[in-house]
Amino acid sequence: MIEYKNILTTCPYCGTGCAFNLQTLDGRIVGVLPAKKHVISEGGLCIKGWNAHDFVYHKDRLTRPLIRKDGQLAGSSWEEALTLVAGKFSQIKAESGPDSIGFLSSAKCTNEENYIVQKFARAVIGTNNVDHCARL
Amino acid sequence: MDKRINDLGQIIEKILPEVDGVLGLKTGPGGIVAPHLFVKERPEELELMAIWPKEPLPSVIRLIQQAHPEAKLAVVCRGCEERGMVEMFKHAQLNLNNVTLIGLQCTQEEAEFCRCAEPFTVHAKMIVGQPIEGVADPLTEKIAAMSQPEKLAFWKEEFSHCIKCYGCRNICAQCFCNVCALEDETWVQTGHLPMGNPSMYHLVRAMHMTAKCVACRECEETCPVGIPIAIHFRLIARDVKEMFNYETGAVIDQKPPQLLVLEEGDYERTGLPH
Repeated sequence: MIEYKNILTTCPYCGTGCAFNLQTLDGRIVGVLPAKKHVISEGGLCIKGWNAHDFVYHKDRLTRPLIRKDGQLAGSSWEEALTLVAGKFSQIKAESGPDSIGFLSSAKCTNEENYIVQKFARAVIGTNNVDHCARL
Repeated sequence: MDKRINDLGQIIEKILPEVDGVLGLKTGPGGIVAPHLFVKERPEELELMAIWPKEPLPSVIRLIQQAHPEAKLAVVCRGCEERGMVEMFKHAQLNLNNVTLIGLQCTQEEAEFCRCAEPFTVHAKMIVGQPIEGVADPLTEKIAAMSQPEKLAFWKEEFSHCIKCYGCRNICAQCFCNVCALEDETWVQTGHLPMGNPSMYHLVRAMHMTAKCVACRECEETCPVGIPIAIHFRLIARDVKEMFNYETGAVIDQKPPQLLVLEEGDYERTGLPH
C-alpha cells in the first residue's frame, strides 16, 4: 500500500509559531508544505521553515548521547549519560552553590518544554539563572 | 455545503478499488487542508476530503510516482493543475499514462481569487462541477499598462520586501531542475537582505518559467511578503503565445518551445547547471 500523508506541525526554528505540513511518503519525511489558512503563517514560510525537514535523516545527526572520555567523544546509553549529568549537577551544587549553574533554553523548544526547564532550574537546582539560547 | 464535495466523493469512492490511490485534499487538525493519498484500505478517510484551498498537487503526484513508477494513480485536478501535469509530462517528469485525471471545475469565486483565465479542465474524462468562463486579471492589466519607469519603480518596491525564502521556487510544480541557478552565487547573492540586486533572483526565475508557468498562482499565495510574482509569468506567457503560438499545458502533443530544437531520442544529463 502506498502511503502519502501530511502531518501538521509547528516550525522548530524560532518562536514565531509558523505551521507547516510535513509530507510523508511510506513513513519517511520527504518535504515541507506551508499550511494555507493557518492563523500565524498564512501559507508562507521563511527559508528555515522550508528546509525544516532536512536535518531529520542527516548523517551528522546525533542519534545517541555522547560522553567525552579522555578527550574523545564516545557513544553511550541514555542511562549512563543522564546518571553522569545528574551526578555532576549534584556535585557542582554541593561544592559551589546553586547559582553556579545556569540554564539556557531555546526557541526551538515548545512552550511546555521551556516551562519545564525553568521549573527544573528554580525548584530542583534552586537558581534563577534562566536565559535564552540567543544569549549564548 | 458545496455540491462538488459530494459528487467528488462519489467519483473517488467508485474508482478507489481500481487504483493504488487517489490524490486529493484532506482536512487535518485545526481545519488545515493538505494533500492526501486516499487508498482503498482506508475508505473512511474520504469523510475528511476537502477541495479548498487548493494545493500544489502536480508536485505531489510526481513525488509519489517517482517512488512508485508502476502505480496506478488518480488525481483530483483543477484547470491549472491539469495544465501543470501536462507540462510536466512533456518534460518527462510525469507518466500521465498511469494517472487518471478527475477534473474539478472552479467556482466563480475561486476563479476571481486566482484571477484565472482558464478555471476549467480540458483533458479529464471525469468532471466535477460546472465549467465556467475565465475571469479578468485586473492586476496584471494594471502593471502591463504602466510606463517603463513606473514598472521599474513598482518592481523595485516589491522586490525590496523579498526575504529570499525560496518559497516561490519550492512550491512551484514546474521547478524540477536538479541544479538550480538560483542557488548559484554567481547569480544570486547570499547573506544579505534585502538582496543587493533582487531582480537577479526574480528575473532569472521569470525567464526560467517561460513556457512552463501554468498560472496556478501558488507562488503568490506562499509569498510571505505578498509580491504579485505571477504577473511576470503571465506577461511572459503572452509573449510565448504570440511568438511560438504555444499555450502552456494546453495541448498534450504540442512540443514546448524550449524543446523544439531537439530531435527525438534519449538525452543524458550533462551535469552542467541548466
